[in-house]
Amino acid sequence: MSDYPPLSLHVPEPELRPGDTPDFSNVAIPKAGSVPRPPIDVDAKDIKELAYSIIRVLNREGEAKGPWAGSLTAEETLAGLRHMMTLRAFDARMQLAQRQGKTSFYMQHTGEEAVSCAFQRALLPGDMNFPTYRQAGLLVASGYPLVDMMNQVFSNEADPVKGRQLPVFYSSREHGFFSISGNLATQFIQAVGWAMASAISNDTKIASAWIGDGSTAENDFHAALVFASTYRAPVVLNIVNNQWAISTFQGIARGGSGTFAARGLGFGMPALRVDGNDYLAVHAVAKWAVERARRGLGPTLVEYVTYRVGPHSTSDDPSAYRPKTESDAWPLGDPVIRLKNHLIRLGVWSDERHKQAEAEIQDGVVAAQKEAEKNGTLHAGGKPSVRDMFEGVYAEMPPHLRRQRQQAGV
Amino acid sequence: MPRMTMIEAIRSAMDISMARDEKVVVFGEDVGYFGGVFRCTAGLQQKYGKSRCFDTPISELGIVGAAIGMAAYGLRPCVEIQFADYFYPAYDQIVSEAARLRFRSAGQFTSPIVVRMPTGGGIFGAQTHSQSPEALFTHVAGLKTIIPSNPRDAKGLLIAAIEDPDPVIFLEPKRLYNGPFDGHHDRPIMPWSKHDLGEVPDGHYTIPLGKAEIMRSGSDLTVLAYGTMTFVALAAAEETGIDAEVIDLRTLVPLDLETIVASVRKTGRCVIVHEATLTSGFGAELAALVQEHCFYSLETPIQRVTGWDTPYPHAQEWDYFPGPKRVGEAMVAVMEA
Repeated sequence: MSDYPPLSLHVPEPELRPGDTPDFSNVAIPKAGSVPRPPIDVDAKDIKELAYSIIRVLNREGEAKGPWAGSLTAEETLAGLRHMMTLRAFDARMQLAQRQGKTSFYMQHTGEEAVSCAFQRALLPGDMNFPTYRQAGLLVASGYPLVDMMNQVFSNEADPVKGRQLPVFYSSREHGFFSISGNLATQFIQAVGWAMASAISNDTKIASAWIGDGSTAENDFHAALVFASTYRAPVVLNIVNNQWAISTFQGIARGGSGTFAARGLGFGMPALRVDGNDYLAVHAVAKWAVERARRGLGPTLVEYVTYRVGPHSTSDDPSAYRPKTESDAWPLGDPVIRLKNHLIRLGVWSDERHKQAEAEIQDGVVAAQKEAEKNGTLHAGGKPSVRDMFEGVYAEMPPHLRRQRQQAGV
Repeated sequence: MPRMTMIEAIRSAMDISMARDEKVVVFGEDVGYFGGVFRCTAGLQQKYGKSRCFDTPISELGIVGAAIGMAAYGLRPCVEIQFADYFYPAYDQIVSEAARLRFRSAGQFTSPIVVRMPTGGGIFGAQTHSQSPEALFTHVAGLKTIIPSNPRDAKGLLIAAIEDPDPVIFLEPKRLYNGPFDGHHDRPIMPWSKHDLGEVPDGHYTIPLGKAEIMRSGSDLTVLAYGTMTFVALAAAEETGIDAEVIDLRTLVPLDLETIVASVRKTGRCVIVHEATLTSGFGAELAALVQEHCFYSLETPIQRVTGWDTPYPHAQEWDYFPGPKRVGEAMVAVMEA
């Protein structure tokens, strides 16, 4: 007879499910300004605690506090607010357009606007992002035209990627935005390869890799960390932890690790957690990590702690898997309101100006949509040619594709 | 003209490409300091430095994924997967990423990578060192797939692959590395130094992708083969006395359909040979194409001779490997049907 009790499988569960009252009191939120800012040439082993804390700059009163504050001027901060407001307005219009049948699918950023909008402002022209589908703020903050984004969402005749990709899978080499795959995590190791190429070429450009909390479970994530660590690649490895991978809470991918940032510690790279709803904190940390990469000091792993307020996409309903009011209870607040309050406190912004800016931005987005719709929407108006489906598979069309194109009658 | 083994020819192709274009980089498992388990990259790190030829962690997806990122940057990575049997972890990167990047970004980003991998059996490598996975690549839109059968072709095709703007899978029949092998495993090994196809031009030259080579002209039947099976088919033709036209396809995608169709229309009979398993193998594609384009010229049904639909065995290697006896029997059957 065995002395051992029978084993049982541990399957992590979120603490709250539909019907429960949201409660994040167990999430430890350090005070804004309380986490130290090490020098960029710090030894990773000396800042291990940063992988378990949360770097925050903006406090509840809208003040910028501590050693990570001050990376942006008031003017730059105002521009940041406009970028986030633009992305939010853009999302609302495109979500509506999807409901109206003008496209097949859409994915919003609600609650996560600060992450991509602020990060982009830490990069230089020539740097390359390898984004996921929820970082369109990288494009908005780099000045990519909203009309081109909409042309892509509508898969119309002016779609920069010629109707070949699902909506929101943008691509713009010029704006440092690598083509989005949709097979999760694949771009993470590619970013490391791109960064290695910059080093091989004795360039000064850096790469920035993006992944969600759920996709860190993919092999590509781990390969990327090994390669980045081994070759000390000039890359910033970004994990956007928005708590939810469609219906699966982040604990399923995180497992026994305390945080996602802590994954970096075993690879000997600095690993930082940052308040993803704090525009100033995101920018300051991005700037620190980008500078490290560009100075040849190697990769940095950054976890953005945020919350996906909306559904994963237009194809799911979060009320089926989490409490309806959970997002209201999220303790890190709304990134737009937090930055707005900060700017008001600085004396460079007001409620009236904010309302006015909202209206202006809304007008701009509506005008862009009108312009884009002239080029067609998914099921109406101009669309990419069928002939074009056969182009671009190879640099030169091989004979078998030529024959198939003829068969298709185009 | 110098004589080279296929290993030396492949090394020469990379050497010349690295000398001509500083964007060419070479990496993989054991590829740098040691020069590769088959020695294909020997000396390249010493000659071109550690940043252009280096060892990688044991991560095939990492190797290919990093190569894609480098290619998007503007480099020309030529990477090695130690055995074709090990490429599976990289399949997503090859299929969903390298193959589609040009298409999905409308040409903003491209992936001109070469993924080299030793393929095929005949070396007592059992199921993890003997597979022929070419059909897993030929099925994928956006990839090109090459399998050379000799040193002269290997060098010219590899240089062409490195210079090609699209991702190329370069399968190296490892049983042919040191000499032509006709499937008679019990006979002495012939080295490339004693074979005409071991004569390899010294400098830069390319062999265009998508061009087959007629290795033996004949009028009785057409054998479609590639890689190691080219020499097995040639042996079977000699041993049966059948006047077979043996075609080495060299490139599977893009395929030289013109040469295939002209030959089968002439001979009216066709045998297709490959080491890979039968079901959904590349032979099925070839049979379908021959049927579509040559149906009214065919005198008898097409025959396929392939590896059995089992994992590649160890002790039973020579019962698995489609040797000259099985190929010869199929040729006789096609003549007698």
